[in-house]
Amino acid sequence: MSILREARLVAAKDLRIERRSRVALQQIVPFGVIVLVLFAFAIDPDRGLLPRLAPGLFWAALLLASILAVNRSFAVEEANGARDGLRLSGLDGAAIFLGKAAAIAAELALLELVLGVGVIVLYDVTPRNALVLFLTAVAATIALAATGTVYGIVAAGLRVRETLVPLLVLPAVTPVMLGATRAFESALGGVPSEAWPWVQLLGACAVLSVIVGVLAFGPLLEES
Amino acid sequence: MSRNARRVFGGVTLVLLAITAVLALWVSPADKEQGDAMRLLYLHVPTAWLAYLAFFVTALASALWLWPRTRSTTWDLLAGASAEVGVLFTGLMLMLGSLWGRPIWGTWWEWDARLTTTAVLFFLYLGYLALRRTADTSEQRGKRCAIAALIAFADVPIVHFSVNWWQTLHQTGTVFNPKLDVQIHGTMAVTLLLSVLSFTMLYVCLTLSRLRLAELEEGREQRELELAIAERIAAEHPEPAVTV
Amino acid sequence: MPVVSMRSAVCLLGRFPALAGADLDVDEGDILLLSGPNGAGKTTLLRCVAGLVPLHSGTAFVFGHDLAFDRRTARHELALVGHETFCYDDLTVRENLRFAAAAARRPNAAADAALERLDLGRVADIAHSRLSAGQRRRLSLAVALAREARLLLLDEPHAGLDPTTRETLDAILLGAASEGRTVVLASHELVYARAIATREARVVAGLVQGGLAPATTKPEPKPLEVRA
Repeated sequence: MSILREARLVAAKDLRIERRSRVALQQIVPFGVIVLVLFAFAIDPDRGLLPRLAPGLFWAALLLASILAVNRSFAVEEANGARDGLRLSGLDGAAIFLGKAAAIAAELALLELVLGVGVIVLYDVTPRNALVLFLTAVAATIALAATGTVYGIVAAGLRVRETLVPLLVLPAVTPVMLGATRAFESALGGVPSEAWPWVQLLGACAVLSVIVGVLAFGPLLEES
Repeated sequence: MSRNARRVFGGVTLVLLAITAVLALWVSPADKEQGDAMRLLYLHVPTAWLAYLAFFVTALASALWLWPRTRSTTWDLLAGASAEVGVLFTGLMLMLGSLWGRPIWGTWWEWDARLTTTAVLFFLYLGYLALRRTADTSEQRGKRCAIAALIAFADVPIVHFSVNWWQTLHQTGTVFNPKLDVQIHGTMAVTLLLSVLSFTMLYVCLTLSRLRLAELEEGREQRELELAIAERIAAEHPEPAVTV
Repeated sequence: MPVVSMRSAVCLLGRFPALAGADLDVDEGDILLLSGPNGAGKTTLLRCVAGLVPLHSGTAFVFGHDLAFDRRTARHELALVGHETFCYDDLTVRENLRFAAAAARRPNAAADAALERLDLGRVADIAHSRLSAGQRRRLSLAVALAREARLLLLDEPHAGLDPTTRETLDAILLGAASEGRTVVLASHELVYARAIATREARVVAGLVQGGLAPATTKPEPKPLEVRA
């Protein structure tokens, strides 16, 4: 299908830019880790709270870092009139959305791996129920990347883009934050079966946000 | 609505609000458990209802703007006007909920499902209003904001559902934790009904006058634009080709 | 059917009417020169045809597609050389060209041919951010060329070109026109531009003088009525 071919083209372009510029690796990932470290300062590590709070802190750190990833993804399109080039290219809006969201999702997946190790090492968490953790992470990552990409294009080209994106994205992803945290809590410390409703909620969020992006990205790109 | 109709409507709204105040503060009885604090119900319910109504109107107007056959700047302006009033009522509801929670729960803020959902809504639409302020032209503003409004509105049930669920799964069983609910009967029901009615009329008044203001601004911009086009053409013609 | 057909087109930049009622016809195989002072609206005219700027009022058709409703479809058939390269700083010249070609469903060979044609072979593997101003101009042209478009829109293509590249540019444009493609260029370098142009229209204060082909006659612009 041509839309998937075009999406792959855009995703490969974005990931290649990230591989060259190393912004994701050298700035966004360290940012996520330093947030984890700061949380440990805020919550006294000696009182044994950290392992219990780890799921929430993990997703909060990821959410903050994902804002950077979204802003970066659209900053790339601002220089040299690249967004005009993207519009002129004739690429399908839905394909551009899928490509950019996939690239962001790939970066977030990398970040999750690093933060996961960080949580194990710094917060003394023992991973359990790998399947629940994996499915939660997949659904939440798709939902975050898709929502971020939609709001990234909503704010594209505006003078206040970088400050507007967090204000738009963070309230919109509260269900994702809530669901992913509860699912991780159930998997790591609680009753694993309680995680499934949350995983389903995350799955619904992921599907909905992708549908919204596929429909809305093209018209929004035209308007930016 | 004509000027006179607006005035009459505004006057009736004011009278009804005054009657509501009298009924709520003096006529209706205090609650057995909550005492006078329960009178906040008469503000809490209408503000909550209006927040949702306002955002629904915003979503509806945005959809009408996006639909090619019904596209008109008025819908875009109505969406903005309604969202502004909605954010006002959402903010009020958060404040009132917090004030009510203080004597009942003993804290300013309890992670009650309704209050939490409203807080998220407040920030969702704060973002929407921030977005509205950024665009240069009304055409640019229209599509971005209409789509953002629809996405925000679609998010409302998901937020509501997830927060509710979170609350029911993590019910604190040990501490007595009353909800902001009271048994309604007699005068209280009448007062509540009247307050919902009068506040809804207040919402209509506020939204319509905000819409009117926005239309006046829009009209001025349109006239300035026509003037700018005429000036740009006239600048190159020695004979004045413009009749003003 | 003309390639471009505009009537009373108004385009806004912010709240400024950069195009204030432009009339323009461009036929297949034309090399149309748009001359006129700075700030007259040449860039906006080209960006409007490319579908980057929405039409505020009036009508505009490109390859028969009504820009008031569909600014996307016609873009598959056109290429715009603007003031910026539309390229990514962190990608190399070759990667940028190949991305542009692939997006327009052209093979890598089209990108490589454009690379050679504009003598960018030596800098092919250098990141865009390290290119000089002149190399960027050549890259803009190469990006447009790699798309193999039927309509070429060029905004100040002569600015900052050395004599060799200028000859290449002229050869490309003349070659394109002889293949039945259409060229619209805005330029201040009138001597060079007039040498290759088949028609000239003057853009002044958001209007196009002589924008309609000689065959069609049109009365002087009517006085505009402004509601007080």
